[in-house]
Amino acid sequence: MKRLAQILILLIFAGCADTTSHTKGVYMLMDTSGTYTQEIDKAKAIINYLLAATLQPGDTLAVARVDSASFSEKDIIAKGTFDTRPSAANEQKRKFRQKVDEFTKSVKGSAYTDISGGMLQAVEYLNEAGSGKKTILIFSDLKEEIKKGHVRDFPIQLSGYRVVALNVTKLRTDQADPREYLDRLAYWERKVTDGGGTWKVVNDLERLESLID
Amino acid sequence: MLPNILTLWSEQPVLSLFVLLFIAMAVLYAARKPAHEFIHALSRTIHNAMRIASRSVMYAEKRLAARNKEVLLAAGEEAVQRIIEREFYRINSVVARDLSGYPTLQHKLKDHITRIDEDYTESTEVPPSPPAWLPAIEAVAKIPPTGDTMVAKILEQINKSLNEQHKIAIDEYRKAYSKRHSILKKMMPFWRKMSNILDVVDKTMAGLLERSKVIDSKMEQYEEIRKGTDKAVRMLSSSSLTQFCIAGFVLLIAIGGAVINFNLIALPMSEMVGGGSYIGPFKTSNVAAMVIIMVEATMGLFLMESLRITKLFPIIGSMEDKMRTRMIWVTFSILFILAAIESSLAYMRDMIAADVQALRQTLADVEVTAGRTDNWIPTVGQMVMGFILPFALAFVAIPLESFVHASRTVMGIVAIGLVRGIAFLLRLIGNISRYTGETLIRIYDLFIFAPLWIERLIHTGKGDKVEKSFSKTKEGINSAKGGM
Repeated sequence: MKRLAQILILLIFAGCADTTSHTKGVYMLMDTSGTYTQEIDKAKAIINYLLAATLQPGDTLAVARVDSASFSEKDIIAKGTFDTRPSAANEQKRKFRQKVDEFTKSVKGSAYTDISGGMLQAVEYLNEAGSGKKTILIFSDLKEEIKKGHVRDFPIQLSGYRVVALNVTKLRTDQADPREYLDRLAYWERKVTDGGGTWKVVNDLERLESLID
Repeated sequence: MLPNILTLWSEQPVLSLFVLLFIAMAVLYAARKPAHEFIHALSRTIHNAMRIASRSVMYAEKRLAARNKEVLLAAGEEAVQRIIEREFYRINSVVARDLSGYPTLQHKLKDHITRIDEDYTESTEVPPSPPAWLPAIEAVAKIPPTGDTMVAKILEQINKSLNEQHKIAIDEYRKAYSKRHSILKKMMPFWRKMSNILDVVDKTMAGLLERSKVIDSKMEQYEEIRKGTDKAVRMLSSSSLTQFCIAGFVLLIAIGGAVINFNLIALPMSEMVGGGSYIGPFKTSNVAAMVIIMVEATMGLFLMESLRITKLFPIIGSMEDKMRTRMIWVTFSILFILAAIESSLAYMRDMIAADVQALRQTLADVEVTAGRTDNWIPTVGQMVMGFILPFALAFVAIPLESFVHASRTVMGIVAIGLVRGIAFLLRLIGNISRYTGETLIRIYDLFIFAPLWIERLIHTGKGDKVEKSFSKTKEGINSAKGGM
């Protein structure tokens, strides 16, 4: 029956197939450095929200941790493009959730925070996935600490990307001088917009509807 | 630049303004005649152009109205023809059914009449008369007794015999009457049967009479339409508008049904054709669901055409009966298969919805609730709906046909209204331009009132002088006449 339906559709609409991709691709970076590991449950809630309400069959989701050297496939915790059939996609979502659960139980803090490396990895992954709408979610306090010898101070090509910073917590030093917090946000915004992407900050996790357009 | 021109003498702006006004008045006065002619010509040109345009539009309106009338009358003629045809067909079937049975009916009636006649004849049989010798015995019995024992004994014997014979005769007579009554009683069912047969005939005849009245009335309408009378046009227009409204309303209901149908099968279609592919800006699964609904509606349309309920495709209606019957079966089979597919899709939809719900509960860390025991009701309801809706959609062909036919008339009426509106606007613009021209001429004269006033004064002065010289001349002539 499936084949028959496909043939029927192909016969009727042969030659007018849409070349633009309507699928969504989301790459979520989870900061696992220092005290931010305490926020991991919130990240889990966001992933569950994405799986339940936002991502549809055919969409792509990847979750990766941000550690000392994040420009690596090894840091990807769970990834996958959901099947176009809703029932199969639901099964994949269940397995995805299971992987994230396993990771959150065994997560260990890292010494450095390589957010830029994670972003580079995200761009590489989503470009390969060929999604139509690409979003990078950064679940972090945005305090980047690069290991000595790692070079990250170069522009990243983010054209067509939407970068959303989630749960950007205020550090102790930010309490002493709030300008540090504001400068941090401004730095990342500049970095994203200079790369051709759009920037957004969502700190109220009760308002996740606007997470992905 | 402009203020410099306006203020010739910057120290005295009022004087400058007066000078300028004076110059302007002088120029405008000098150009009065050509200016008037120009304004007049322009306004007349626009007025005439608009009037001609309006006349052409009105001519087009007349042609459109005539064409609409033709279409309306043709449609009405066809509709009445159809009704008359149908009535004749009914009469034909009644006549064929009942008249073909008339020989049998007549035979039955004759049979019943014969039997009744026989029974009647049988019932008229005279009862047996008393024996012929009885009057003789009766006369002997009446002889008065003489006292002779022998005679008395004979007489007694005779009396006894007489009584016995009388009794026998009475009994036989009674039996004969009873027999005749029973024969008459047997006649009753035949009478009833005859009465029933005659009732049936009466009903048939009454039905035929009614049909003939309907045909008469429709024939009158038909004649009116053929003549193209205003009454017929009004009647058909009103009928078309009513049909348009009713058919439009039913089509809206059908669209509602199609939307529900679409929602019922769109989600499960993504399980079949995939939920991530797109055709243009639309999801393939949605397009597939829509295509299925459209195919169902089309099959319904063909089915109604094959059944000769609608006449949107004359080629189907004019097919051979054998071919048409095949087409009925083919379209019905496709419709049935599609209805079955929809029913299964509706079932699948319920399963997918339950799966999605379970996933959401799992992701929200909520314990998955056990299903209620009566949760089969919505599933069955959806399946039944999925099966019935395609057949319900098949009947859309009927209001669609009415809508298509009526919309031609309605569109014609709307077009006539629009054309009339355009004609009115053109005439209005023409008249406005004409009166605007006249008003502009008055305003022009108002602006140069001063030179005009002076001109009038001069003319009046000249007139007085002329009059004075005329009266002087007249006086001179008179005095000359008097001198003579």
